[in-house]
Amino acid sequence: MLELAPDRNFELLGEYAIETEYDIVMARQTVRQFAKKAGMGIVDQTRITTAVSELFRNMYNYAGGGKVLIERGDVESHDALIITCIDHGPGIENLELAMSDGYTSGMGMGYGLPGTKRLVDRFEIQSKINEGTTVRIMKWK
Amino acid sequence: MDLHEKRIPIIKIRDFLIVSIQVDMHDKLAIQLQSQILEEIGRTGAKGVLIDISVLEMVDSFIGRMLSGMASMASIMDAAVVIVGMQPAVAITLVELGLEMPGVDTALNMEKGMEMLEKRLKDLEHNFF
Ligand SMILES: Nc1ncnc2c1ncn2[C@@H]1O[C@H](COP(=O)(O)OP(=O)(O)OP(=O)(O)O)[C@@H](O)[C@H]1O
Ligand SMILES: [Mg+2]
Repeated sequence: MLELAPDRNFELLGEYAIETEYDIVMARQTVRQFAKKAGMGIVDQTRITTAVSELFRNMYNYAGGGKVLIERGDVESHDALIITCIDHGPGIENLELAMSDGYTSGMGMGYGLPGTKRLVDRFEIQSKINEGTTVRIMKWK
Repeated sequence: MDLHEKRIPIIKIRDFLIVSIQVDMHDKLAIQLQSQILEEIGRTGAKGVLIDISVLEMVDSFIGRMLSGMASMASIMDAAVVIVGMQPAVAITLVELGLEMPGVDTALNMEKGMEMLEKRLKDLEHNFF
């Protein structure tokens, strides 16, 4: 598994598998509940829910599914919700290209990754060909 | 809520179809709704479609694409699509995501949406005769 700065101390709120389209719906609703509990306003709740929906669908479409970790913790003195998407799919060959607006290798519009980045406070991505992709996003009030 | 069993009803009132999306749609349901509406346009000859999304708490790129794709396909079939009641938070998020949804008309509520469609229909009739 790819490791994204594993030294932080976050509280694990939940761990979910994304294997079907229903899992995408259930998991994004779960994220919204945690965002609400963390005291985020309606716009931020909508941003984080939409962001994870994009990431979950990418995992489902391109990697055949994956795993989601939802955590809460202190990031630079912010009370942050941290969502990590881990898959063992084919990986992304050109990250810079994948992160640019309008690039898609399939039938999408290519706004999933760059759009997600705009919706959150932190966005980290790691990918290795034939090993998989890990995306971690953070959002705070 | 059983996500597997949901089917979204389509109601016809005069020349218009009315669809109220009451569930957080998974992708297959969104695609199914799109073709269901297009079929209904073909079957009934409806001139307009009102899609109420006021209870939708998010519209991601997939649902956005479904809505704008439906609008352009409907216009080929000579029907106008109006998206009704989009929550402000959803609209803000869509813009930040980068989705423009070209060709999609929006209205604040059902009444305004209906007015838009009726006006369009009247304009069309005037041009015709
Ligand atoms: N988890 C992943 N594993 C492998 N490839 C991925 C993954 N996520 C994204 N990609 C690649 O990055 C590209 C860009 O992703 P992005 O989400 O921005 O756009 P898209 O999924 O193609 O379209 P959209 O999200 O607008 O429907 C994808 O087309 C795909 O090639
Ligand atoms: Mg995508």
